[in-house]
Parts: sequence; C-alpha cells; structure tokens
Amino acid sequence: MWWAEILVIGIKLAMLLAILLTTVPVMVWVERRGSALIQDRLGPNRVGPFGLLQPVVDAVKLITKENLVPDNVNRFLFVLAPAMALTVALSTAIAVPFGNDSGLELFGQPIRGFIVAPDLNIGILYIFAIASLGVYATVLAGWSSNNKYSLYGGIRASAQTISYELAMTISVVGVLMAAGSLHLHQVVESQAGTWLGVLPRWNVCTQLVGAITFMVAVFAETNRLPFDLPEAEAELVSGYLTEYSSMKYAAFFMGEYVHMTVAAMLMTVLFFGGWTLPWIDLSFVGWLGAVASILIFGAKVAFFLWFFVWVRWTLPRFRFDQLMALGWKVMVPLSVLNFLWVGTAIAMGIL
Amino acid sequence: MVTYVFLVAAAVAVLFSVFAIALRSPVLNVLSLVVVFFAMAAIFALLGMDFLAAIQIIVYSGAILVLFLFVIMLLNIRSVERLGSGRALQAGLGALTAIGLGIAIVAAVSTLSPAPGADLPGSAAGGTVVLIGRALLGSHLFAFEFITLVLVAAIVSAVYLARRESR
Amino acid sequence: MNAIPYTWVLALSAMLFSIGTVGVLLRRNAIAIFLSLEIMLNSANLAFVAFAYRFAAEPGLDGAALAGQLFVFFVIGVAAAEAAVGLALFIALHRLKESIDVDRANILRW
Repeated sequence: MWWAEILVIGIKLAMLLAILLTTVPVMVWVERRGSALIQDRLGPNRVGPFGLLQPVVDAVKLITKENLVPDNVNRFLFVLAPAMALTVALSTAIAVPFGNDSGLELFGQPIRGFIVAPDLNIGILYIFAIASLGVYATVLAGWSSNNKYSLYGGIRASAQTISYELAMTISVVGVLMAAGSLHLHQVVESQAGTWLGVLPRWNVCTQLVGAITFMVAVFAETNRLPFDLPEAEAELVSGYLTEYSSMKYAAFFMGEYVHMTVAAMLMTVLFFGGWTLPWIDLSFVGWLGAVASILIFGAKVAFFLWFFVWVRWTLPRFRFDQLMALGWKVMVPLSVLNFLWVGTAIAMGIL
Repeated sequence: MVTYVFLVAAAVAVLFSVFAIALRSPVLNVLSLVVVFFAMAAIFALLGMDFLAAIQIIVYSGAILVLFLFVIMLLNIRSVERLGSGRALQAGLGALTAIGLGIAIVAAVSTLSPAPGADLPGSAAGGTVVLIGRALLGSHLFAFEFITLVLVAAIVSAVYLARRESR
Repeated sequence: MNAIPYTWVLALSAMLFSIGTVGVLLRRNAIAIFLSLEIMLNSANLAFVAFAYRFAAEPGLDGAALAGQLFVFFVIGVAAAEAAVGLALFIALHRLKESIDVDRANILRW
C-alpha cells in the first residue's frame, strides 16, 4: 500500500525528532550539573530532585522574557538567523542512521534501516552540504545586529566554521575509503569484525589520526569550547548573540545543542562502530535486535555528549589567531596524512 | 509528482533570481542567490544527479556565496542603486536584448523532440559518485590535476591582489 | 526518472540566462554584476545537466551522461577560482577608488 511507506518514514522521523528535541533540555541539565561536578560545587538542586526540573524552569524563563528587537537592526535578517540555525541543524539529522533494523517489518514494509532517508546514496555529503549552510546563520546574526561586537563575533564564527569544515571533510574521506560507500549504513557495517586479530575494526583504531582530527574539527564546528571565542561571554560581550533575547536566543541554543547531538551521532557512526559492540557479535533479529542496536547507539552518543561537556569545562579557550593557525596549519595537514595512510593501507592490504 | 516538484523548483529559481538582480540591498541579493542555487541543486537531484546536487550546495552556496558575503561586509556596501538608474536608453536596450535572447532560445528549444529521459547509468548501482570518482581519477585525470593548479593559481593571485600595501 | 521532459530544463536554463544577462547589463555595482554572472554560469550548468539527462541511455553515446556531469563539476571548480580572483580585484579597486561603481573605474578611458 502506498501509505505504508509514508507511515514508516513518518514514524522514523518522529522517533528522530523526539530524540533530538528531548536531548536539548537534558543537555541543559547535564551541562549545569556536570560543570558543577567538575568545578567542585553543587549546581542547581532546588527545582525538583537533583535539579531535574531546571530545564523546564529555564524554558519558561526564556519564553516569558521580553522579546527585545533593537531599533536599527535589519528586522528580516535578525529574525531569519536563529530560524536558519535551528532549521539547518535539524535538517542534517535525516541522513544519520540510529539503529539496525535487523530485518524488521512494519505494516508489511521492510524498514530499511533506522534512517529517515534510506535511499540517500550520498549520505555524508548531504550532511556536509546542509551543515555548510549553517555559516549563514552566524554571519547574518552578527551583521544584522548593527553592533560592532556582534559583527566581529559573527565574522570570526563563520571564518572558524569554514576553516574547520575543510579538516572535517578530509578526515572523513579516509573513513569513506575504508567503507567503500558514502551511505552511512554501509560505513557502520564496514566496521564489524576485528583488525589485526585483536582490535575491533572501528575506524578509531584503524585511523586514529583521522578520528582525532574529526573530533577537534567537530568541536570547532559546533562552536564549543575550546573554540567558542565567537560566543564567549567574557570576550566580545557574547559575540554574535549579544542582541538576541528570549525565544530567538533559545532558538540559537537549541540549534547549537541539536548540532552537537548530530555531531556526536556522526562521531559514533563514522569512527566508533555505530551500534555494534566491540568484540561481541550480537545477531538478534526483529524487535530485539532493533531495540538493542538503538540502545547501544544511544549509550555511545550519550558518552560523546558528556565528552563535549567534559572538554568544555576542562580546557581554556583558544585565541582567535591560535584557532585559525591550528585549523589551517595543523588540522588540514594531519587529515591529509591520515588520508594517505588509509590509501596506503588499503593498497597494501592491511586495511 | 516529480513534474510538480520540478515546476515548483523552477518557479522558485526564476523568482529568486529576479530578486537577486533587482533588490537594492546586496546582502539580500546574495541570500536570494543562495535560494536559487538550492533550487538548482534540487533540480539536479530530481534529474538523478545527486553528487552534483551536493557539490553545488557545498561549493556554490556554502563557499562562494559566503565569500561574496564577506567581501560585501568588508567593503561595507550598504545599498545599491536601482536597476538601470540614470541610463534609461541603455537600460531599455539591454533589457530588450536579453529578454529577446531568452525568448529566442526558448523558441528554439521547443522545436526539439522531447525524448523521454531515461535512468542515469549510476542510479541503480549505488549512485553516481562511484562513476564520477572513477572517471575523475581515471579517464579525466589530467583535467582533475589541472583544475588543482587553477585553484592554487587563483588562491595565490587573490592573496596577492588583496594584500595591504606595506610601505 | 522520465517524468521531466529535458526541453523544460533547457527552457529554464534559457530563462535564467536571460535574467542573468539583464543583471549584468543593467547593474552598476561590481558585486551585483558578479552575482548576475554567477546566475549565467549556473544556467550553463543546467543546460549541461539537461543534455546529460537526455542522452543518458542512448545506445551509441555511453559516457555522455558522465561527461556532462564531469563538465558541470569542472565548471563549478573554475567558477570558484574566478570568484576568488574577481572579489580580490574588487577589494583592490575599492582600496583605490573608494567605491566599486564600475562607471567610476574609468582611468584607462581613451
């Protein structure tokens, strides 16, 4: 039936959106309690047990704050920028698989993988294409605010984004060579089994330099410390976010957390084996296999989200010239070296 | 269904390219062009060329137009003049010529027999990426290496031309 | 896949080309002229793609579709290079004349 396929896609999309949009308040809580843990203090503990209702209260605060639009801003672009940030971040998620379907069928229709767009053969390229449109959100936010500090923050943020986009893309090329396909489901399946008999065949083991380059580049792409100079509160008066308040600010932050979640999902899929366990070969079928794969994937993504928070509250911030020098003079050559290593290894039959 | 999506994408492309040449604020011109390139990438994807669609968005919308935006902000160009202001005769003649050219090409094209397009060679076998990759590093290797040189020459000349004179 | 007649794609390419030409002829601001030029380049790309789509399964022309797509790839690359150099030229022009109005770049007039 023609509606079965649409219903299956709709269910997968609803699952993905539920995961992404609930990650945002959970991350707010994790960020605040995690930073308190690292900084040896308590963190929010008044609103509900262990402060678990703190994100709810934060959301109410943000919604009821005064929606201030300064006088001389370019209104259309001022409103467009946060909308674009959130839309772009959410749109990249449809090409990321979050589980193994294990031959599951729903309404007589094979699910074809827990990925909203299973036929997208250019999987990872689509993600990079949509993510490269996110530059416009930051640069337009900075420019339309009609404020020198915002403009500095916006230009710096976009320069940082496009510089690290290059390192990110080249470090992924090694993964694609090892997998032989751009489709992320294939990339996960190529990481099954072991390498050199002992290590799991995850790409973090076979291409360690590429994994590290990708992780650093992803930190820079999502504007997280140590690369958050453009939006840091002690520099540039909060950079390109200075003039934003209430729901537009909330939209920017939702966009950033969703982007962070998609980045964690990408790290899991590309370098850490997706939904497979290291040496154990789980081969459940049907519902059990699907649920098990989604839970394993979720656990790995949760670890990476904690890793984002952990690094944020541990490392100091880079100065902008240090950041750009690192991006162009260190990250790009390292990722090219990784790419050479993968090519040589495949030619020699090691990989 | 595919035809309707194509018509919508084509209408969006034409409308926003008119915005791109007619609006007064240069930033809005660049943003309209982003929408035009996105619509064109959609048309590429509809015709089965998914790799080209992704490359179009990554390179054109995501890099070239960002460069345009940076230069507009660097030179602080606030708003530009109205289309064809101050030179009415030239403006009229130019517009007439261009529109006439457009009509002539459309008329010539409509005399062609609309043969049905078929599935592209790569659509079944995992996409066009494999075929394009093999061709770029195989039969078209010289052009691929040469365009690397073109890009390096462009980078070097851009850096040289835009440098500040340090005297 | 065979639901879109390739002549429609060619017609769209022609319309975009003429819109781009109008922009190039009528604007005075150098960056606006360059944007219209990009529209024209894209319309040429669309024409290549239309023909690649048309000759995709033609028996004697295997490789036509691939050649069309490769040509578009190279045109996009060359357009990127040209945009970089052109914008650097505009920056240099602005530094010299304090404006990028092409009517004012007339030092070499006879």
